[in-house]
Amino acid sequence: MSVTYIDAIHQAMAELMEEDSKVFLYGEDVSGVFGGAFKATKGLAERFPGRVRNAPIAEDAIMGLAIGAAIGGMKPIVEMQFADFGILALNQMCNNAAAHYFRTGVPVNVTLRMPCGGTPGGGPYHSQMVETLFAHFPGVHVFAPATVADAYYMLKQAVAIPDPVVFLEHKYLYRWLKADTWLDPAPLPIGRARIVRPGRHATVVTYSAMVPEALKAAEELSATSGYHIEVVDLRTVKPIDTDTILASVARTGRLLVVSEDFPWGGVAAEVVARVASEGLHLLDAPPLRLSSKESPVPYHPDLWKAHRPHSEDIAAAVRYLITL
Amino acid sequence: MKETAVKAYRAMEMARAFDTKLSALYKAGKMYGGVFLGRGHEAVAACEAVFLNKGQDVYNPFIREQAGRCAWGESVLESARSYLGSTSGCMRGRDGNIHWGKPAEGMPAPISHLGAMVSVVAGMIMAKRMQGHSGMVGVLNIGDGTTSVGATHEGCNVVAVEQLPIVIVVTNNQFAYSTPNSQEFACKSLTDRGRGYGFTTHECDGTDFVQTLTTMQRAITAARNGEGPQWVVAETLRMCGHGEHDDATYIPAELKAAFAERDPLAVARRQMVQHGWLTEAELAAIQEECAAEVQHCMAQAQKEPTPVPSETDWSATSWKPSRY
Repeated sequence: MSVTYIDAIHQAMAELMEEDSKVFLYGEDVSGVFGGAFKATKGLAERFPGRVRNAPIAEDAIMGLAIGAAIGGMKPIVEMQFADFGILALNQMCNNAAAHYFRTGVPVNVTLRMPCGGTPGGGPYHSQMVETLFAHFPGVHVFAPATVADAYYMLKQAVAIPDPVVFLEHKYLYRWLKADTWLDPAPLPIGRARIVRPGRHATVVTYSAMVPEALKAAEELSATSGYHIEVVDLRTVKPIDTDTILASVARTGRLLVVSEDFPWGGVAAEVVARVASEGLHLLDAPPLRLSSKESPVPYHPDLWKAHRPHSEDIAAAVRYLITL
Repeated sequence: MKETAVKAYRAMEMARAFDTKLSALYKAGKMYGGVFLGRGHEAVAACEAVFLNKGQDVYNPFIREQAGRCAWGESVLESARSYLGSTSGCMRGRDGNIHWGKPAEGMPAPISHLGAMVSVVAGMIMAKRMQGHSGMVGVLNIGDGTTSVGATHEGCNVVAVEQLPIVIVVTNNQFAYSTPNSQEFACKSLTDRGRGYGFTTHECDGTDFVQTLTTMQRAITAARNGEGPQWVVAETLRMCGHGEHDDATYIPAELKAAFAERDPLAVARRQMVQHGWLTEAELAAIQEECAAEVQHCMAQAQKEPTPVPSETDWSATSWKPSRY
């Protein structure tokens, strides 16, 4: 009996609602028998009457209403149908929710769940990574789980943290990523990155759906070249666990940062900047970045596969890094 | 009605006295940033807030609702503190001028983005409803310009779909900054918009104190009694610039002349006497008391400490990771 990444998200929401009457779900198509575009909320409307609420197609107002409800003492979990549409809630999240604690001293306990990232045939508007946009603004935490257990624990932690949290669920992982259980005997606290595979020749820092790609690349490099690659899963892109990254770079001397996001700015640039400014002396080679192409996410599966980093691209980038 | 009318009238006088003082300080170069007055809006603001109960209701004043803040029960001291950045005030110099609120007391701190607060107020009322409260009402101010904003549309639609006890007051002061109604909307009347969302609509001459008072009472009572969302369009003229930096030369002389006899304060004074609610001597006494109160509050706020950068907690979130 195995469970998927989306099962873990469903389970976390069910437990959160069971444990705390302040928690409610709000978003497009989340209620009724439908249960959301990806079925993350299926069955919850029947179990928790009145607490799984359908919203009109109004991303700005969905986020605004959640902010007001949080000010009023509730703990809303908002589901955006796709992270691409969540961009329409950027103003409410970043100018209203994120600024609120600093301005007023009152934190806004909103969790914004957004299915992000590419899938074959998704095209330009059902595929994007939005962590850079949201993380840019002060006052928000941005989570991007890459494992079934992290999807479960980090969603529970997101609601427990009184501040706005952007929770990025990768659509590719929803049903593809499986585990025996969502339980973890020792879940990591928020703010800690995880070394998912130890190594000594190079460090690959990544997050979300690029973690399994990086692991695949590391296995291939180990099998074909004898290189031992250390893979670091950031888990949260804000905060970034710079200490764990620097410690890894101290062991390997080489850094590649992989992101599914567009290349300009972003999490990969941020990690490279931190290592360059705080750990240049640890590096034996220039730090590298590997991101999607500088073009909108394409529709056709062949174009899409070429647009985003793949395990072979990561392996090639590591081989190049090791020659430097 | 006498007691309510006197309370509202007093709030109007207080707001006018405060605005006069603000303008003088601005012209003397003693203010930071912009100064935004509510001249022409006093009757609308005071008459909407006078029917609200702090602790039960939600009130969202915005740029020109100083009279509403007074009628809601806030001293002008809080507004003075906001403008002057006093650390004794609720915004502590982190935000200022009209952007102050006490979210925990049902008065959110509005952000600059017009329309964003519609859904926030909806959420605050929704939280109360989910917590089992009834009989509460939310009152929110928008203007002719704000009716053009997408967030307003989304928010109003959500209010109607959820059938929330909310009164949206559209104060049509003829100009959005310098843009006249003719360049702002093409529907015959802004009342049509409320009707389109499914609100019950009301109209009043926002310069006529008694008419505004009875209209607000009707709308707020209806919302409180479960008759669904209410939409009030109040006509007035902004009898000042957008801010004190703006001489409003774009307002045609004929329009100014048409409103010359309709200053809400002058009308209210006349009506208070006509209805036998106050004598001329009592009016004069209230005006004197308000001037003295404004003087005292401004002097007090000027004496209070302002924020010290090195002693400021710059955290933008209440939960603090070890580092960002």
